[in-house]
Amino acid sequence: MAELCGVVGIGQTRHQAARKDVSMAGLVREAAERALEDAELTWKDIDAVVIGKAPDMFEGVMMPELFLVDALGGAYKPMLRVHTAGSVGGSTGIVAASLVQAGIHERVLTVAFEKQSESNAMWALSIAVPFSVAVVAGAGGYFAPLVRGYMRRSGAPDDTGIRVALKDRKNALRNPYAHLQIPDIDFDKIASSPMLWDPIRYLETCPSSDGACAMVMASEKLAERAPRRPAWIHATEMRSEPTMFSGRDQVMPRATLDNAKNLYKKARISNPRKEIDCAEIYVPFSWFEPMWMEGMLIAEKNQGWKMTYEGATAMGGDFPVNMSGGVLSSNPIGASGLLRFAEAAMQVRGQAGEHQVDGARKALGHAYGGGSQYFSTWIVSSDKP
Amino acid sequence: MREVAVVAFAQSRSLRREPDRNEVEILIPVIQELRKSAGLRTEDIDFICSGSSDYLAGQSFAFVSGLDAVGAWPPVSESHVEMDGAWALYEAWVKIQMGYADVAMVYGFGKPSMGDLPETLALQLDPYLLTPLWPDAISMAALQARLCLERGVVSERAMAEVAVRDRRNAKQNPFAQVTGDFEVEKLLAEPFLVSPLRKHDCSPISDGASAMIIAAGDRARKLAQRPAWIRGFAHICEPQDLGVRDLTRSRSTEIAAHQAGVGRDKVDVAEIYGPFTHQELLVERALGLGSRTQVNPSGGALAANPIMAAGLTRIGEAARRVWDGSADRAVAHATSGPCLQQNLVCVLEGE
Amino acid sequence: MSEPQSETVEILRCPVKLEYLYSAGQSASRFLRAIAQGKLLGQRCPVDGRVYFPTRGSCPQHGVLMSGEPVELPDTGTVVTYSINRVPSENIKLELPYAPIQVLLDGADTVLMHVLGECPIDQVHMGMRVKAVWKPKSEWTTSIGNILYFKPSGEPDAPFEKYKEHI
Repeated sequence: MAELCGVVGIGQTRHQAARKDVSMAGLVREAAERALEDAELTWKDIDAVVIGKAPDMFEGVMMPELFLVDALGGAYKPMLRVHTAGSVGGSTGIVAASLVQAGIHERVLTVAFEKQSESNAMWALSIAVPFSVAVVAGAGGYFAPLVRGYMRRSGAPDDTGIRVALKDRKNALRNPYAHLQIPDIDFDKIASSPMLWDPIRYLETCPSSDGACAMVMASEKLAERAPRRPAWIHATEMRSEPTMFSGRDQVMPRATLDNAKNLYKKARISNPRKEIDCAEIYVPFSWFEPMWMEGMLIAEKNQGWKMTYEGATAMGGDFPVNMSGGVLSSNPIGASGLLRFAEAAMQVRGQAGEHQVDGARKALGHAYGGGSQYFSTWIVSSDKP
Repeated sequence: MREVAVVAFAQSRSLRREPDRNEVEILIPVIQELRKSAGLRTEDIDFICSGSSDYLAGQSFAFVSGLDAVGAWPPVSESHVEMDGAWALYEAWVKIQMGYADVAMVYGFGKPSMGDLPETLALQLDPYLLTPLWPDAISMAALQARLCLERGVVSERAMAEVAVRDRRNAKQNPFAQVTGDFEVEKLLAEPFLVSPLRKHDCSPISDGASAMIIAAGDRARKLAQRPAWIRGFAHICEPQDLGVRDLTRSRSTEIAAHQAGVGRDKVDVAEIYGPFTHQELLVERALGLGSRTQVNPSGGALAANPIMAAGLTRIGEAARRVWDGSADRAVAHATSGPCLQQNLVCVLEGE
Repeated sequence: MSEPQSETVEILRCPVKLEYLYSAGQSASRFLRAIAQGKLLGQRCPVDGRVYFPTRGSCPQHGVLMSGEPVELPDTGTVVTYSINRVPSENIKLELPYAPIQVLLDGADTVLMHVLGECPIDQVHMGMRVKAVWKPKSEWTTSIGNILYFKPSGEPDAPFEKYKEHI
């Protein structure tokens, strides 16, 4: 019943701690214009706009898409604003694609952004609500105990996280848009960096970035006519579960396992490790790579860390992960999910430049958010399904 | 296009302030009632979408707790828009159109009494040029009303008549907040609140929630005796700046109404989200309604305005009239942003 | 002669101040009034009988209101997992480094987020038995902050099976 949808244009900004040279409008426009340029389209060609970003407190503007509508070429067009916490970038891409897949629009522009330097992200993430004890300082404080839980269950070596960080930070050097680029990065630098939320070290943590990502999605007919090879969307899936309930597995939530199972079923993938060439996975703290390898059913239970250890997830490995440097290298929170989806699409379009996986034809894009409770994913390919 | 219908709707009583219950506690009975009336459990629902605003709740990720009211176990496919539930409905409708879902649940909620709503809404404006002046939402609407009066597009009397009509209609609505019989002359004798708007020209501040179930084709026929089929659904956003658009007409409503096919046939009932009387008149005009259309039998936003749910409630109230046979064809409208910046139109028909 | 001013305005400071009146909600209010009396009240989910502490009024798994008599819990429990926080934050007034912990109170089926005290930071571990240290009674209010922190109770560690479902 769903129509086919292809990604025909991708753009992103150089992600940075603070983009003082542009306003919010300038930031989103930079990404959107690059996507339009890539698709060789103009603002007139867009039928609808879908924006995603994380909590409005990050910029101090309520529903900023309303004042940004002209900057996004959305005037007198339909506009939607998605907000599903950290996974929002992913959900935004899924909503945009659904407009084409439902046959409602032929060309949709989707943009996800965060200009968190305008406010204070740490504050916004841990606003002191009365009646609760504020002990959790930021997302890291929330996730650190979960990481410890994974370490306990899997028996993974203590330095697994460091290896992930080293890989992602090396990959970032090959991505001109990445925020954190540390040319002399090595194992010791990461191991000796300050411990923030035990067991997560400073260099195993994502930065706080300003940035935006945009994609143009088109119907089959229009995507076939696009100047560059489209990334065909094979399947999208979302799953959520409550943050806290008795018996909840916070480390390996059922939502991620259900999401993966359904995604692969729709994409007709029976052996994800073999059939998917590479993946962009939402890893804001290094240990989430092995955790999500298991959560996405790429690795067996408690074995995810072996993929890192064996070098399977490195650029030359059999299942490269986060070729772009991932969230560990750039984290404009609202955009990060869409960046994962976009980077996956770039791989199958052969436009990832120095961080391209040779011959990648099928890629996975993944985002998660909240208390590890929202998951959004997609599979894209150079071939139609 | 798949046939999709509204098959169930529930709402909470709008109150000026819900001092005891938090958002989840307001939502739970609404969703329970909804599920009971439709005979559905969480597992029967393919997709869930909600609408709410962090700044309204004074917290980041405020919508996360809303999921507690749903009982999201086993894990569910759900999404959220930082917009009124009417747009969450749109997202769910799209999911059904693409064949991802057959049955969807949508809800919206808000407790604007927690903060100062007109002031909070100033944060929706351009943060570099306008917000630092803190123009509250009532003053912005008043600017528009002044323009409309000067151009002769509305009159103070016509505005007062809208207030009288809506609040009289609201007497039949057990969920409404401001109800009663008022007299136009007495209202016009009242002092201005923010000139040229008087108190009666403004919607109240309401805490509340509403929820709805939509379903496709035969599923809909099994779930409702007389499904309210969504025959047209469109929304359009105008640029925000007050100086670059015509504030004396709702252009985006006109475009959305045209795309939704409002004018194709008679309209028996229209539920309009007009937070201010002059805005209700502008939308009535933009929808091209004739004298035969009964407007706001529920009382509309002037009787109850639970922000983030009020738009969804307009669609629910319109659906109810199709279900009970008092309308064969109904139009529902929702709005967002200052001075009718963004508008959504939904056309419902009985079989 | 002063330096010529830059043409571009790069930064504009626009302070935002909004006040909100929060409602704890009916269920949380019951819980907070009890804690003002030094009592820790959990509630049961009517569907599976599990005891939630703290309670939010509804069972998030089943979407139903908690019902029945509240369950009074002791202020002792087991550390299920923990972290060591070395990052300062505007909202948190504890001295660094401190150990946020997830505590499974005896008799509860959900964990409470709190903080560890009176314990060298390198000794915190999973399975540790802890007891609450309260503020002086005269300082009690409707807040979980009546418990200053949890300290080691001196009992032997709880066996892994007892809390492994919560990791």
